[in-house]
Amino acid sequence: MNRHRSTAAVLSVLFMGLGQWYNRQFTKGLILLAVEAAALFYFIPNLGKAIWGVVTLGEKTQGLQKVGKITVRVAGDHSINLLIGGIITLLVFAVFLIIYAMNIRDAYRTGALREQGVPPANFKQTWAHVTDKNFPHLMLSLPALGVLFLTIMPIIFMILLAFTNYASPNHIPPKSLVDWVGFETFTNLLTLKTWSKTFFGVFTWTIIWAVIATFTTYFGGMLVALLIESKGVRFKKLWRTLFIIPYAIPQLISLLVMRNLFNGQFGPINQYLGYFGLGKLPWLTDPFMAKVTVILVNMWVGIPVSMVLIMGVLTAIPKDLYEAADVDGATGFQKFKIITVPFILFSTAPILIMQFAGNINNFNVIFLLTNGDPVKGDYQFAGSTDLLVTWLYKLTLNNSQFNMASAIGIIIFLIVASFSIWNYRRSRSFKEEDMIQ
Amino acid sequence: MKMGRKPGTFLRLTLSYAVLIAIAVCAVYPALWVVLSSLRPGASLYSESLIPESFTLAHYKELFTSQSFRYGLWYVNTLKIATLTMIFSTILTTLSMYALSRFRFRGRKNALTVMLVLGMFPGFMSMIAIFIFLLQLNLLDTHAALIIVYSAGSVLGGFVVKGFYDTIPRSLDEAARIDGATHLQVFIRIMLPLSRPMLTYVALTTFTGSWVDFIFARLVLRSKENYTLAVGMWELVNSYQNSNFTLFAAGAVLIAIPITLLFVFLQRFLVQGLTSGASKG
Repeated sequence: MNRHRSTAAVLSVLFMGLGQWYNRQFTKGLILLAVEAAALFYFIPNLGKAIWGVVTLGEKTQGLQKVGKITVRVAGDHSINLLIGGIITLLVFAVFLIIYAMNIRDAYRTGALREQGVPPANFKQTWAHVTDKNFPHLMLSLPALGVLFLTIMPIIFMILLAFTNYASPNHIPPKSLVDWVGFETFTNLLTLKTWSKTFFGVFTWTIIWAVIATFTTYFGGMLVALLIESKGVRFKKLWRTLFIIPYAIPQLISLLVMRNLFNGQFGPINQYLGYFGLGKLPWLTDPFMAKVTVILVNMWVGIPVSMVLIMGVLTAIPKDLYEAADVDGATGFQKFKIITVPFILFSTAPILIMQFAGNINNFNVIFLLTNGDPVKGDYQFAGSTDLLVTWLYKLTLNNSQFNMASAIGIIIFLIVASFSIWNYRRSRSFKEEDMIQ
Repeated sequence: MKMGRKPGTFLRLTLSYAVLIAIAVCAVYPALWVVLSSLRPGASLYSESLIPESFTLAHYKELFTSQSFRYGLWYVNTLKIATLTMIFSTILTTLSMYALSRFRFRGRKNALTVMLVLGMFPGFMSMIAIFIFLLQLNLLDTHAALIIVYSAGSVLGGFVVKGFYDTIPRSLDEAARIDGATHLQVFIRIMLPLSRPMLTYVALTTFTGSWVDFIFARLVLRSKENYTLAVGMWELVNSYQNSNFTLFAAGAVLIAIPITLLFVFLQRFLVQGLTSGASKG
């Protein structure tokens, strides 16, 4: 009578659901039995192959074989499909192991309760318990599965790719196999002349771009917000609505339109310059001018967001601060310097850092406006205005340099992650979130 | 000018208005230019003046009648995908963020950190893997694939929503719990009505996100009758931008109008969403 917990646990280890049956929870047991049956059905043929696939990335190259008088193409192993299939199977296996562990724990606990004379819960009670005590887990399980297979799985895959030689022209399945090469990709990226020159060039421009883009939009937005909110300016709502228009138009459209506006030959901007008797400017075709254009256009796109943010902050500044300053006889400029600016900076600092991180990955502006051009001869698959992230895109989708692209992706991640984690740790919401209540 | 106002104020205001008008011109000009271009006869990018001498709707007509574009069909496709994505992601995001904000359970902090870290990987890194995954599930060239991927991805951007629920006093749901409501009832009866601004914000951003995505959608959608507007637009740009600019302009206007109108009319909610993210990191 006293051994319910160990008996139930051992039975559940042997086969999921047995312990629950022993505890007379038949419906639950039946469901768990079905889960294990399905798992066995899936894993017995697949698990070994998955591990083999991930470890070896395939062993048989596609080849030609003579069958009688004709040569037939014999399909080889497809390394990339093996790798992805392997990762997916292993992740499913991990999910299964979690369910398995939960099943054993459940049998053990119910057994322990029975020893104390508590009758095991029937299915209806179990269900009520799950939707009550385990409500957060229930709500998070579906999104978690989605994230596991559509975000985590691809990221694991791409991280692993950086350690293979998956690149055109020699290692593209199904024609040929891909192999593990360790850190060779990273070494090549940093030491091989052709790659390292491109990498450091693009990297430097990415940082310069992120700094300038962040500061221009932030202070531009602050200026506009202060202008609208300044004393005596009327039609505040009208100005705000007008200025929010660049933010409201989808970037896909506005940036493509900009590309035409700045067109060197027929674009209206150069046309107007002509009216004023000025020469045409190579807005998008000269390497330096293209960089200037990109930053100008980014101001157009980004200032409204900062404006909206800072206008929100402005309304939150306590009025008594200004009143106190008035009593002390402060001038308008002093009030601005001592109250307004510190307050704005203080409350938008986290956003500023996130905008900086976002600008490092600002794909749309570069890709839609210049596509990374003008071309730079000594760069490997990159142009003068390419950021790391657009370079990554080109390497993946146009040039099939998958391993290099993954290595760059990891580097971008490390840069962005260090900024964000630093930011997140010092932001109050993480440390003191329970104190808001 | 009223008597007694200092000349300095007058100068300052004039200057302010001058700057505001200049910025307003810059902000509105590109939009105005593309709208007017789309109404201009002919096909070229170059035009003598901003306002065309005569107006025509021929380019809009061509978009819907020409054999090489299926603009009407693409519009329906995009509307379908964007609406379903909006519904699914709003439900998923609000429910999961409510759980993360209200309940204290083991692994919660880790879940939050993982969410944050995952959001920092460049999105394109996942595209190849998702592509092969969809291929194996036989979901390539379907709208379901797009809806699933967009909705699953939206959860990672839910920090703003969590921050919002953090600010709603917990005494509200505790009172309802004492009255015997289940968690789901508390969420639907009490939290949802309170979170209307946040719901609008999430719905709006997910709707526009799927409305304008051309990178992932172009990878997944292969046949012309399945295209979304953004993908069709991208093809249009690649093949017609130089030869038929006014047609491109008409297409651009049609894509931009619903989103722009939504943004302008719902800007109050947008501001709330953006600033609630601001004050809490």
